[in-house]
Amino acid sequence: MSAVGATGGAAGAAPEPRHGRRIAVIWIVATVIVVPLVIWVLGPHIPPGQDSVQSHDQHDVNVVLTAIAAPVLLFIWVYFAYAMFNFRQRGDAVVDGPPIDGNPRIQLTWLAITSAMVLGLAVYGTASLLGEQGSGGGEGPSPIAKPSAAELASALQVQVIGQQWLWTFRYPGYGGVETPTLELPVNRWVVFHVTSLDVAHSFWAYELAVKADAVPGNDNVAYVRASRVRTFQIRCAELCGLWHGHMNLIGRVASQPGFASWISQQQVRYARVTRYLPPYRLVYYPQPIRRAG
Amino acid sequence: MSGRLAGIGGVLAVLVVLVVLYVADFLTSAPPALSAVTQNGSPTLTLQTMASWGHGASPDWVTYMGRDASGKWQHTTIYTLPAHTLVHVTIYQFDTATGLRNPFLAQVRGTQGGVATIDGKTVSVVNPDDASHTFTVPDLGISVPLPGVDSNAKNQCSAGPCTLDQAHTTTTFSFVTPGKGTYRWQCFVPCALKTYFGNGGPMQTIGWMSGELVVS
Repeated sequence: MSAVGATGGAAGAAPEPRHGRRIAVIWIVATVIVVPLVIWVLGPHIPPGQDSVQSHDQHDVNVVLTAIAAPVLLFIWVYFAYAMFNFRQRGDAVVDGPPIDGNPRIQLTWLAITSAMVLGLAVYGTASLLGEQGSGGGEGPSPIAKPSAAELASALQVQVIGQQWLWTFRYPGYGGVETPTLELPVNRWVVFHVTSLDVAHSFWAYELAVKADAVPGNDNVAYVRASRVRTFQIRCAELCGLWHGHMNLIGRVASQPGFASWISQQQVRYARVTRYLPPYRLVYYPQPIRRAG
Repeated sequence: MSGRLAGIGGVLAVLVVLVVLYVADFLTSAPPALSAVTQNGSPTLTLQTMASWGHGASPDWVTYMGRDASGKWQHTTIYTLPAHTLVHVTIYQFDTATGLRNPFLAQVRGTQGGVATIDGKTVSVVNPDDASHTFTVPDLGISVPLPGVDSNAKNQCSAGPCTLDQAHTTTTFSFVTPGKGTYRWQCFVPCALKTYFGNGGPMQTIGWMSGELVVS
């Protein structure tokens, strides 16, 4: 039996249906149904949420990526299912399929579409990251993506200090008081200066979409403006030793009067130890090292 | 030929058994849990710290020990406490000062009254450079710095368990346990000799400078 005969090409057999058109129709219908579901049903639940300028943008980017990925995934699934049902071997005979010699038009089309998608997403992602929306990621001591100078004029400076295995936070604008918990005012820009006293950690305020490596001797700057009073999770995202999995905290976004009250309480509570703290600096090289060998 | 194959098979079987036993021992070994001792109706935890354990495979590792109901010192850092109860803690500290890397931990936190008693003196903060170790339970907001003994003190302890006639400081404090759960605790002084930034070895191993409070 020839390969042509095996696929129904013999004289007198029913004409071969237009498989490409069928697949395209099924795929378009599925895409028209699924993409709106991704955007309007799944979309609101895609992390990290909408509780800060930075998380809002990350959320939108994640929705766009998912919406663009959905048709690609659907095409693979539709083609796979269609092939299983329509191109499967019928009967007992097992024969080779017809030789495939390539199709330049399809190949070029595929390359053009995927290249356009990847490059388009790269441009879209870069443009998003360059604005204040992308400033939640640590960018080192000289950030490129940041809010405007006017917005930063009244920003709250908060130093995030990682150490094995604890986060502490210094507020240089409030006498350099250091606290074991993090509280931020709502609707006010915050500048995080993230550093470490020992090994590399990574400060991750999940719902606020802030993530910055904490590296000893390095001032890693990130920005956030929380838009809602809420609590948020803080984690370490860098494997840092025995109790890495325990470097968790619950931070809080408070009203501006609530934050003012809280920071005043912290200044009183930790006044005795504040006088022992070193002068505020952007980095602290690991000291003491007397026993470090 | 068959004898040779049997020999190779036997050796391989022994190796497999040894590997399985080693892995099982690694996965199941943990320091024993030590229960707080009831004294005058209150649970009491009595601990000591020393510069070097002096025994076994890591004789120069710094460590904590706990005292059991019979008065014997046990090499463990897993302590069992009752829930919602005022617990009294006494720590005999036999090591010299290393100093805190983060001076913020020089303040006593989370104890009754926010204070500890060090050699009979009530304090709420110590000089960070004087700290030898800390007893810190981050999830409970408890942290107590433990001052070191004078580096020139006579009769310093060189191997555990140390005895009270050797140079030491005594720190006491009390705290109320939360509900049931397991809460990690650790020392925040980089006190591990000859390790990366003083944070290796015993600082990374349960049973030495960190452990768990099992509240039940």
